[in-house]
Amino acid sequence: MADFIMPSLGSDMQAGRLVEWLVKEGDSVRRRDVIAVVETDKAAIEVEVYEDGIIESLLVQPGQKVAVGTVMAVIRTETGSIPVVPDEAPSVETPQVSTEPEGVAGPEREQSSPALPPSGTLRIKVSPYARKLAIERGIDLATLAGTGPEGVICAADIERATPITSTEPAVKTPPTPPTKAATEKPAAKNYQAAMRRAIANAMARSKREIPHYYLQTRIDMHRTLLWLASENDKRQIKDRILPVIPLIRAMALALTDVPELNGYWIDDRHQTSEAIHIGFVISLRQGGLIAPAILHADEKGPDELMAALRDLITRTRSGGLRSTEMTDATVTVSNLGDLGVETVYGIIYPPQVALLGFGKTMEQPWAENGMLGVRPILTATLAADHRATDGHRGAQFLDALDRYLQDPEKLCTP
Amino acid sequence: MYTMNENEIKNVIFGILKKIAPESEPSTLAPEENIRKALDIDSFDALNFFVHIDEKLGVSVPESDYGKLSTLSEMLQYFSRRMSK
Repeated sequence: MADFIMPSLGSDMQAGRLVEWLVKEGDSVRRRDVIAVVETDKAAIEVEVYEDGIIESLLVQPGQKVAVGTVMAVIRTETGSIPVVPDEAPSVETPQVSTEPEGVAGPEREQSSPALPPSGTLRIKVSPYARKLAIERGIDLATLAGTGPEGVICAADIERATPITSTEPAVKTPPTPPTKAATEKPAAKNYQAAMRRAIANAMARSKREIPHYYLQTRIDMHRTLLWLASENDKRQIKDRILPVIPLIRAMALALTDVPELNGYWIDDRHQTSEAIHIGFVISLRQGGLIAPAILHADEKGPDELMAALRDLITRTRSGGLRSTEMTDATVTVSNLGDLGVETVYGIIYPPQVALLGFGKTMEQPWAENGMLGVRPILTATLAADHRATDGHRGAQFLDALDRYLQDPEKLCTP
Repeated sequence: MYTMNENEIKNVIFGILKKIAPESEPSTLAPEENIRKALDIDSFDALNFFVHIDEKLGVSVPESDYGKLSTLSEMLQYFSRRMSK
């Protein structure tokens, strides 16, 4: 038997609301299957299961808000043991009692980027806000056809749908007064306020607990940009790769050279991680940010990284992030190069121990071999936890990063 | 290759921008306004914009021309020229 618990989807999360079960009792599941959708202050997240087995019982109803660590389901793992029913029901906070701000996404953002990767299961693609509306109005998402990009169910589809008269517990939530449902703005503000608080908690904890040190280097990008231009010239527009891709690749490889920056500081102990999962800061149009992880970034070539990034950005903005992507980042990158910012002094996302910031690549005077020239220069800034590493390691990392970016062909040949 | 007049091209551009930035009102853009800054469009959205332009107008913009296409008037001129070829 194994317990499926409410996961902590970030160091700032205390509780989560079950939005939807994607399985029913008796279903067999495999490790990494998405079996539930949970709503945090930040987003609706698809939660994966860690065992192979059969769903023995579902203990939490959609709409309920439970603390992190609460057993939500029991899974019979394939060891042939006798089912054990937990003694007591999980402590739950009913939605009616909850005073937490409702997690309603801001204005619906239609994303129309090329295909999402095919999914192995028949998951319903739906934006977080649409999910919320559907719950409030008792609409069964399975009955809807999405009209958003790639068939994503968006808020407009919910508006058009008529509630089903179901006896499912999910719809026992008292219907929201129409006045509230009709005025989206206050709800959107609540959601933003909740996300703001989540960011505030994580960042305040970081500044309170983590003794940051900062190291900065200027990197000549002309070789990488030449390589990128000639590569993109050969490609159709939809297959082009963004300048941030070689940066992520170089960061992943530099972390294999200096693994101390990749991992966590937990319980007064430095724990490096073998896997390299790079959290990529994505800002949301309605305000706030999410930093989901590009999993196993060091094992991906440029095209795979571009596909992964495209997929992450699209899902961050239209719904459907998975729990592992929210929790597994071992390091973070913040790229503000799209704006005119030269330097990014980042704040580490606890319990990680490093954050790399990229500014805008700008033409600058550059002296090399006694000659002065003009080169595209990128400023890379490392913020690192001084409890976990010292400046010497940080310097080795930035040196490695620079070295990889001077040999783009080798860097980008998978 | 089909052609479009400037107004039709403008409507295509507005339609794509509206998808990328739904809360914006592209028709209020001034002809010389920097679109990326005005609508807060990042490099990922910009790439998607050109993917959609390729689909809708049949104009494949090489990366080296991105810099020439910051404003509405630059885009209208560029796309009209490319489409009439």
